[in-house]
Amino acid sequence: MPVKKRSAASSASSKGKRHPDDIFPMVLTSATQELFGCLADEDVTGENPHKLLRKDDIIQDIKTRAAVSDFSPVKQIVLDYPEDELLLVFDRDFVYGQCFYLVVTPEAKDRILNPPVLQTEEVFKNEVNKTPEPQPWIPQGSEREVDAEADTETREKLRYKFSRVRRNFGSPVCFSDRNTADAKDGYLECASYQDSRFSIKQMQRDCGMQAVPRLQSSSAQTQWKFQRNVFTQYVPRQLSDEEKENVLQSDSLKKFCTSVTPRILHTLQQVQIANVFVDSWKALGAGVEDGDWAGKVYEDLALYQAFTDQKYTNNKKISTVNWHPTIYGVIAVALMKEKEERESESTPSFILFYSFSDPSNSQLLLECPDDICAFEFCPSDPNIIVGGCINGQVVLWDISAHVIHLQGTEPRSKKVSIDTDTYDLDDNKEKTPTVHYSALSAAESSHKAPITDIQWLPPTFEVTRTGSPAENKYKISVQFVTCSPDGWIMFWDLRVQKATRQPVIDAKQTTPRSDTFKHLDRMWKPLFRISLPKINTSGEYLPLKFSLEHYTCSGNKTEDDDEINDSSEVPDYSQLRLPSAKTLTALEDVNTKLYIGTEDGEIVYADWKPVRDESGRQHSGKPLHCYRVHDGMVNTVQRSPFFKDIILTMGSFNFAIWKEGVMEDLIIQSPSSEQICTAACWSLSQPAVFFIGKKDGSIEVWNLLEKTSGPAQVQAHVTDAKITCIKPWTASSKQHFLAVTDDQGLVRVLEIPKTLHSSSRSKGSSVKKYFQLEEDRLHFYLQKVDEWEKLKKEAEEAKKRTEPEKSPKEKDQPTVPSVQEWRDHQMLEESVLKEHRLWTPPANTQDT
Amino acid sequence: MLTDANCCFQAEVEETLKRIQGQKGVQGIIIVNSEGIPIKTTLDNSSTVQYAGLIHQLVMKARSTIRNIDPQNDLTFLRVRSKKNEIMIAPDKDYFLIVIQNPSD
Repeated sequence: MPVKKRSAASSASSKGKRHPDDIFPMVLTSATQELFGCLADEDVTGENPHKLLRKDDIIQDIKTRAAVSDFSPVKQIVLDYPEDELLLVFDRDFVYGQCFYLVVTPEAKDRILNPPVLQTEEVFKNEVNKTPEPQPWIPQGSEREVDAEADTETREKLRYKFSRVRRNFGSPVCFSDRNTADAKDGYLECASYQDSRFSIKQMQRDCGMQAVPRLQSSSAQTQWKFQRNVFTQYVPRQLSDEEKENVLQSDSLKKFCTSVTPRILHTLQQVQIANVFVDSWKALGAGVEDGDWAGKVYEDLALYQAFTDQKYTNNKKISTVNWHPTIYGVIAVALMKEKEERESESTPSFILFYSFSDPSNSQLLLECPDDICAFEFCPSDPNIIVGGCINGQVVLWDISAHVIHLQGTEPRSKKVSIDTDTYDLDDNKEKTPTVHYSALSAAESSHKAPITDIQWLPPTFEVTRTGSPAENKYKISVQFVTCSPDGWIMFWDLRVQKATRQPVIDAKQTTPRSDTFKHLDRMWKPLFRISLPKINTSGEYLPLKFSLEHYTCSGNKTEDDDEINDSSEVPDYSQLRLPSAKTLTALEDVNTKLYIGTEDGEIVYADWKPVRDESGRQHSGKPLHCYRVHDGMVNTVQRSPFFKDIILTMGSFNFAIWKEGVMEDLIIQSPSSEQICTAACWSLSQPAVFFIGKKDGSIEVWNLLEKTSGPAQVQAHVTDAKITCIKPWTASSKQHFLAVTDDQGLVRVLEIPKTLHSSSRSKGSSVKKYFQLEEDRLHFYLQKVDEWEKLKKEAEEAKKRTEPEKSPKEKDQPTVPSVQEWRDHQMLEESVLKEHRLWTPPANTQDT
Repeated sequence: MLTDANCCFQAEVEETLKRIQGQKGVQGIIIVNSEGIPIKTTLDNSSTVQYAGLIHQLVMKARSTIRNIDPQNDLTFLRVRSKKNEIMIAPDKDYFLIVIQNPSD
């Protein structure tokens, strides 16, 4: 029904909008308005549009005026209205189409009468200032949970009333406790048990965790008990100059000086009087090394090793031995066949190299065209070896390609044969590497007799074609000197000589050889040669051994010497050219004199510098001196390694020591020995010691400081055969060796004991003094001899003068006593000379 | 006048030093004050400083040794002989004099 009315109302009004359901627009006539006291614009106005009407009044009105009443359309509404008063609102603006509307529901009435709070802010503010009133409880559903949790009685409480028997009323009651478990069935329990139906495995359990870092705080306190500086940097305190001046001028310093000076001077004098730093005991020279006293025990030369190679040394004797100058423990020996063998067969000759690591096998072989009597290593390049043959030719080897065989200590089994293209099918046999000679001198220009001595010229000077010494530009040894009993001493050069340019191409070579000296092969001629004509007679001296002075360049280029000596470059000998004499600076201070030992036992002192004679040609001059000292062949002429003017010469039965510069005679001569001496050499470490090898295989050690009348030590039976060569060598400060070779092809290396090789500084000076002493003695003696000669002459002359005065009639008579006197005098002379060991038997041809 | 006296003092010191220096084998002389600071020397600076510092300590030690043994005793002279040379030290109340001698010269 309201819908109809609304729609009717809405269709009726032109500007009214649809009104809500709870109000009803209606028209009230003025009579109704008067009746209810709601006259428009009088009782109800725009500001106060509300009017409450009593329901009963409205019903009364409806009853009285029935259909005419304005309230007739709302009659039902009014009757249904629960409350007593209805709201009538004056709708002045005709919002809902009529001038009044009746609120139907009490809620709307309330709403209109009491508009909601949110309408205006002022209303809200007013409400905030007030203390909030407790809101009525609005249940959200929590009362259900509360009810569930609350304990409620499910049944009524049971009440039991206990009473005692009447007779016990008033009597005290005694209550006691009783445990339920005391009586059986005192209680009934319903124990819990694990019901298997309800075993629920807890799959997940929430547990709370809080990670707490494990912290532990601790502290330490070091106790720096011992305070100590680790590093300090300090600067010494110094006084400034003014302060120093002040102090210097102060009075106290003066007093100090005056008081202190006497003490100091006294002490200084004390030190001068007795030098406390000199250890007198030590200065006595009582140390082991210094002891030269007789009674010192000499240790023997101990055999270190013996070398032999069965393949090559059978029935051969060793002519000479040499130590390799640079490689430790390598010895080279030259083998010589016996005389009979030489003529019968012509097996090749060898120079064998032995190494300490392999005493029974040779390491390297040098093939020689013939037996070698002498060979030497080149001092500036130890890979060059020059040897003198028994037929007079000079042979040259270059072992630079094979030197590795000598250096390594590998066993021989590892070595492979170097002959790859050889027709020798027996390759299984281990062959010692063989080196063919690189060059051979021209047969016609060589010696005619075996070369007995070869010496390299030191790298400090060289010799030109004319024989004058000149400066050696390259500082390498390229020249050497040979001597032979054919009477010639030849100077050879390794370099290309101008005349010969075309090397002869050799036929098929069986063993490879180096090409180092191809330029020399077959055409090698000596640079120049000198002969040794005898001084007083005709003929020539036949040199066997010689010694020249090792000249050390005293020039300015000493550093260059060291540099070039250290450089390992091997010069290409084929490229070296013989310089012309003009380009080289002549060296004036080279000692060009040689000491030569001859076949007859003479010692010849000659100058190899040729002299110009009247015709302008140069020829070798006559030797300066000749001394007849030894009987038999001279087998050693050697300069002392310590003094360059002391020479040891060794004959068959005795030796002599010469000092260069003392032209008159030798300074020391040994007594003759019973055995033939065959080899001699100076010791390398002690200036007064030298070794002599004998024919019976014994070695004598001579120490000039100890005694000169005999050897200091004799070691017999070092070898079983004749000793052919002795060479010493210093391997290290502890190891001193002596190589001894004999007639049977065996090389023995002996170790020199410490007593013989340890040297002291004082020895050199004492030896020098000794030689000087000897020289002085010699001079003194010669002087005395001169004087004596003079006296003798005067006596003779006096006699001669007295003789003619006597008449010839007394010729016979005076002659007899004079002859007698002469004979006496001769005997005296003989005895005196014999005493001084200068007795020379008078001969018709005397060489003095 | 004071300058004259001062010169005279200095000359005396110089003369003393010359006398000592003229002795055979003397290598060097150092005058050091009681704290060990060198005052006058004939050696080069680094050697002087080294000698002064080291010998000062030695002298102090030696003096205290002597006096500890007998408090009425005192150090008059100290000689240190080594392989190569000898060092002579003459101590005094305020200064000490160090002389280095090489007797083999």
